[in-house]
Amino acid sequence: MEKILTQNWSLKDSHTLAVYESTGGYQSLSKLFTMKPEEVTEEVKKSGLRGRGGAGFPTGMKWSFIPKDDSKPKYLCINADESEPGTFKDRYILELNPHQLIEGAIGCAYAIGAKTVYCYIRGEFMFPYDRLQQAVDEAYAGGYLGKNIKGSGVDVDFYLHKGAGAYICGEETALLESLEGKRGYPRIKPPFPAVMGLFGCPTVINNVETIAAVPYIVNKGSAAYRQYGTEKSPGTKLFCVSGHVKKPGNYEVPLGYPLKKLIEEDCGGMRNGKALKAVIPGGSSVPVLTAAEAMEVNLDYEALAAKGTMLGSGGVIVMDESVCMVKSLLNLAHFYAHESCGQCSPCREGTGWSYKILKRFHDGEGSVKDLDLLLEIADNMAGKTVCVLSDALAMPIVSHINKFRAEFEEHVKLGKCPLE
Amino acid sequence: MPTLKIDGKEITVEPGTLVIEAACRLGVSIPHFCYHRKLSIAGNCRMCLVEVEKMPKPQISCNLPCTEGMVVHTQSENAKKWRKNVLEFILVNHPIDCPVCDQAGECKLHDYYLSESVKGSRFEEEKVHKLKKYELGPEVMLDDERCIMCSRCIRFCNEISKTNELGFIQRGNHVELRPFPGRKLDNAYSVNTVDICPVGALTSRDFRFKQRVWFLQSADSICTGCSTGCNIKLQHNKGIVYRYLPRQNEAVNQVWLCDKGRLSYKEINDENRLLLPEKKSEGTWQIMGPEGTLLELSQVLKEKAADSLLAIASAQSSNENIFAFKKFARALNAKAVLASSRREVKDPDSDDFLIKADKNPNSFGVEKLGFKKKASFSKAKVVLVLGEMNEADQKKLTDLNAELIIVFSSHKNSCSELAHWKIPVTLFAEEEGSFCNFEGRVQKFNAALKAKGQMKPAWVWLKDLAKKVGVEMKFSSAEELLKEGFKLDYKDLGVEGKVV
Repeated sequence: MEKILTQNWSLKDSHTLAVYESTGGYQSLSKLFTMKPEEVTEEVKKSGLRGRGGAGFPTGMKWSFIPKDDSKPKYLCINADESEPGTFKDRYILELNPHQLIEGAIGCAYAIGAKTVYCYIRGEFMFPYDRLQQAVDEAYAGGYLGKNIKGSGVDVDFYLHKGAGAYICGEETALLESLEGKRGYPRIKPPFPAVMGLFGCPTVINNVETIAAVPYIVNKGSAAYRQYGTEKSPGTKLFCVSGHVKKPGNYEVPLGYPLKKLIEEDCGGMRNGKALKAVIPGGSSVPVLTAAEAMEVNLDYEALAAKGTMLGSGGVIVMDESVCMVKSLLNLAHFYAHESCGQCSPCREGTGWSYKILKRFHDGEGSVKDLDLLLEIADNMAGKTVCVLSDALAMPIVSHINKFRAEFEEHVKLGKCPLE
Repeated sequence: MPTLKIDGKEITVEPGTLVIEAACRLGVSIPHFCYHRKLSIAGNCRMCLVEVEKMPKPQISCNLPCTEGMVVHTQSENAKKWRKNVLEFILVNHPIDCPVCDQAGECKLHDYYLSESVKGSRFEEEKVHKLKKYELGPEVMLDDERCIMCSRCIRFCNEISKTNELGFIQRGNHVELRPFPGRKLDNAYSVNTVDICPVGALTSRDFRFKQRVWFLQSADSICTGCSTGCNIKLQHNKGIVYRYLPRQNEAVNQVWLCDKGRLSYKEINDENRLLLPEKKSEGTWQIMGPEGTLLELSQVLKEKAADSLLAIASAQSSNENIFAFKKFARALNAKAVLASSRREVKDPDSDDFLIKADKNPNSFGVEKLGFKKKASFSKAKVVLVLGEMNEADQKKLTDLNAELIIVFSSHKNSCSELAHWKIPVTLFAEEEGSFCNFEGRVQKFNAALKAKGQMKPAWVWLKDLAKKVGVEMKFSSAEELLKEGFKLDYKDLGVEGKVV
């Protein structure tokens, strides 16, 4: 399989303009500027590229929502606030192939009529930030950014903005608030960012990996992109495998790739000869899969949905038999309670409440009725808030308890963790 | 114009109308905390969730525009359950210290708990503890544990007072309301945040712990702090006024009130109120009975007023009293000179919202009724004063060396000290009447308190006195005076008053 996102990663100085250009970098631009902007959007639509940040929304369709007759400036915001536990793909694109992101950004900016690109980078990403800033500087010097890019008459400016450590700022509208200098609170929708986004102007917000796939689609066409993946989930995707495998890391595979193959072949199987217990396939917020489910599922949007979980960000967290599922859920609840922005009552209180119950439960002071209460709290949180952070804890609660209930009940019976 | 159904009732509304507003018009009150009709939509409390047919998820009715054919349920099993669950969440970390909470009796959280939930708590964990007493500003105290993070106060400061002092700090259930570093909640309208706080998080430092709100009685009145004439509810118990709350009048103050005006009620409770008629005799004040007062005054007025009479009316008095005063003066002496006096403060504050530099509630009315501002007072044997006079006018009055000065006064103050007679009159809080605000809007106020001692409305004293003097003044109510003076009935004033 041809690599679309990771092809340069093993090259020395892959982050530099010289290396990027030597491997065909920025070649999509000459074709791009011969296309009409709406043709670019159309091509991306046809490619079937879906948002790689977690929601999987069709990218071309998102771009097409930008109003054509609006005289306001348009913006592209790149979401590089990668903070979902278990996810570490965007970081590598920023570090190892930043020019591909810039090239994709130019493509998107051209398609939607934006002259300004903001890249919102997670505050802790010091090194990726420096790498991207270097690349942006090089791109300006090389005439790929700024006024009249390569004589095309197209202007694109590219700015980096660091976040300050809040997970919620990866939610696209909280990102916009933060970028505007405000508290990172997700906005109520409607209005949607395509109509009223950054500074009240039409805005597209795309994940790093999504934008990085654009040069290939522009260059080689949607048909070439569609040769990988499945009918409804075309293309390739980065999967960040962490946990108890022999070779954790980033793997670019076509969508529809069997999870079993990813774990057993690409990652070299489970480490220390331990048995697989569970897999969180798409970043910490998606429902967990049992070992049996994990072994028969393919990594595409539809197949994972059919198993009641999600592709999410592609953060595959592999857990072996040594993992206590109560502790796993406690860990997640701690994270989401800490990261809830506190805006909506069900999330602010529900995440904190769940965490406290789980803490007590894990300490051996739980009862079976706590499990039913947790499930009810999860139900009361889900789908009732401005953003989906409360769902992001509700889903793990439901899946952990329902799929590993015996283990939870064992905690009650023993008054401690059976694995300790 | 979309037509939709809410709880089976049909309504047609202007495009863009929100479901919560349409429901309100139908008399369906959807519980809510963060929504406020004068503020931007925050959509954070999630209390107003409703079930809408063909929409898979619960919808917040405060951010849901009505669309054609929409079918909304606020009383379905789901909608009821969602509200109950949101309440449960809000109460998880709420201290439930209602017995010592100043909001008790007017707390939306308390009310909704009773109307929507009434069930025991399932929360067995340790609550998050926060500060119980944080001075947000000179007028407002914050109890962080009671705050439900609805953000109304923050939006008020951003959008109405436009002073941007407040924000949230921390995240999750540790969120706290704070002023920005180096700032305080000290804008001229800060106590409105207390009014709109749906719970007991923000309390008025002036009012807190003084009264349980269910003991308070309320009268529709007008703030006398300046010439804007903000509509208020004057709230009192056992003859003491405890607070003003803004009363909606879209043409004047919308639903707001400035802090200074709000605190101007203290004048009513002042211990220097004049309770009984007093006569100066050999330099000391002698208390008089009402009959004796009328008798003696009528005699001296008959004797002296016909020669020369100066009548000075205060812009603090009501239209009705000023009009009766004018009639009385003219009845005593057809050539009586009419003058006005206004309360003046040093460096008066003003803005382009509610606060006017003219600190008199009825400057427009007193002028309209013919009492003009005078640079100097003409020589007069007899001077009648209705209400108070400013310092400069008091000096001018002293210089006249008049033989008889009668002051109709609500207070024992430097002005009434100048008189030979001081007659106790009621304030707007104790009588019915009207003021003309700065633009000539006639607005009615109602009697809230019983008059103490021998206080009477000035027009009652004047009518009684006229009778004793031997002239008939044919009116028996404040309303008749307004009718004669302004050709208006009280009912003509409606809810927004009437510009004359």
